[in-house]
Amino acid sequence: MAGLRREDVAHVAKLARLTMSESELDKFTVQLGQVLDHASDMNALDLDGVVATAHPFGLINVVRADDVRPCLDHDAVMSMAPDAQDGRFAVPRILGEAP
Amino acid sequence: MRSVRDTARDVQNGDESALSVVEESLAQIRARNEELHVFLYVDEDGARAAANALDERIARGETVGALAGVPVALKDNLCQTGIPTTCSSKILEGWRPPYNATVVDRLLGAGAVPVGKTNLDEFAMGSSTENSAFGPTRNPLCTSRVPGGSSGGSAAAVAADMAPLALGSDTGGSIRQPAALCGLIGVKPSYGLVSRYGLIAFASSLDQIGPLTKTVTDAAMALEAIAGHDPLDSTSLPEPSPSLVAHVDDGVAGRRVGVVRELIDGADEDVVASVERAVEVLRDAGATIVELSVPEFRLGLSAYYLIAPAEASSNLARFDGVRYGLRVDAGDVTAMMEATRTAGFGEEVKRRIMLGTYALSAGYYDAYYGQALKVRTLTIDAFRRAYQEADLLIGATTPSVAFEFGSKTADPMAMYLSDVFTIPSNLSGEPAISVPFGTGEAGLPVGVQLLGPGRSEARLFAGARVLEIADGRP
Repeated sequence: MAGLRREDVAHVAKLARLTMSESELDKFTVQLGQVLDHASDMNALDLDGVVATAHPFGLINVVRADDVRPCLDHDAVMSMAPDAQDGRFAVPRILGEAP
Repeated sequence: MRSVRDTARDVQNGDESALSVVEESLAQIRARNEELHVFLYVDEDGARAAANALDERIARGETVGALAGVPVALKDNLCQTGIPTTCSSKILEGWRPPYNATVVDRLLGAGAVPVGKTNLDEFAMGSSTENSAFGPTRNPLCTSRVPGGSSGGSAAAVAADMAPLALGSDTGGSIRQPAALCGLIGVKPSYGLVSRYGLIAFASSLDQIGPLTKTVTDAAMALEAIAGHDPLDSTSLPEPSPSLVAHVDDGVAGRRVGVVRELIDGADEDVVASVERAVEVLRDAGATIVELSVPEFRLGLSAYYLIAPAEASSNLARFDGVRYGLRVDAGDVTAMMEATRTAGFGEEVKRRIMLGTYALSAGYYDAYYGQALKVRTLTIDAFRRAYQEADLLIGATTPSVAFEFGSKTADPMAMYLSDVFTIPSNLSGEPAISVPFGTGEAGLPVGVQLLGPGRSEARLFAGARVLEIADGRP
């Protein structure tokens, strides 16, 4: 695997919605690179034909009957929101030009 | 503090009130919490009210549960209605869950009394509690050293006699490692045995909830109480809670015990010596010893440090300042989310989110995440082969006894490597238990790990009990 570049880290930070300072970018480039280097021992393996395991016991979909059942109290849930309006979560503007 | 078993028996018989047990626990917390920083929140009023209610039921002659009057410490990533739950993160500071985790409901149903929420590495990411946004927990056995992590607060609570039982969560060793470093029993159950409804998710294909206690019987009692199918967790196994306490004294006669090189090599000499003596004890108790080498276990660390961060990056996307927890205002909604996450998450959480996002991102998915999922298959197959030759496996829980604060914080990879012996069981979804056996450097406890195939908890408890007796705790 090619080494992790600083611009890769900056791109990933953007995807992850995290702001990184210049010094954080430097540090994370080194530290994440070390973990990825350690992981490169997996590349030496012949994994052709090995089936990926995403889940320890091959979970299949679990569904319940489509009945209406009690759920969490609406007011209790909304009372924990950073901002709410008329029983709904309120957020800064999404559409239109950013200020 | 007395054991879970003795406490519950005395309370059930009316020999002691639940209230007096709880007061003893609260007094010990008041006496030592400032020094050790174990609890992030202590629910004195709630604990007294629960104890009083229990005592009234006993006075009326009602039957109470198996854990009647037992004070229990909950890792602060488990939801309890109305009780602040932070995951040791500033992003959840002040949040009070509107519901109980299923394990909390089961504990309450069994008569246990939650006394408070314990410190952890932020979002359970770490091996020392040094990643808590609210400061580390000190090891009660040696306060200049870490208690382990991420369930370090839960381990310290039991080790410091603040409660005889604590619950933790184990994604890569986060119950077993702190149990080892604090001289306790720590159990990572089979994946799906214990409902995770109300456990704030770190890595969903790996996380399991389990108990930390001073005795094997106490751990079996606690696991019996919290295990069993839960329709609220789609990964919950379909069967009821297994019978465990009844099998604690089954012994190991006739069992084949596999001594796994890769679960011992690289550990400090004092740790290796304890494991070797534990092997002799099991042999003397009638087990057949088989030497095994499972090279795939070494690869597990690499796979784990891609799979767990990948799942974490997805799970932690929900912390965006919209529905709960911290919000840092900024111009538009995207800027608000970025400002909130940047201010709310600590460095280790950011590191894992970044690693996971990278491993899942376009162009790298196959090389990293896809490859890790295949190595996971190799690990599971390797376990399966090992269990054709052995009924249970033995190794070290950790490479060393409790380490000093600050000794691994500058080098994340060094910290990650301390999980090398515990990770394979998380990848395979199989159970493992850490049992204190002997002491090492500075007189600190050493944890020996027993591993078994899926749903073999009873077998592991029986093996751990043999070691417990041989180590002088009859």
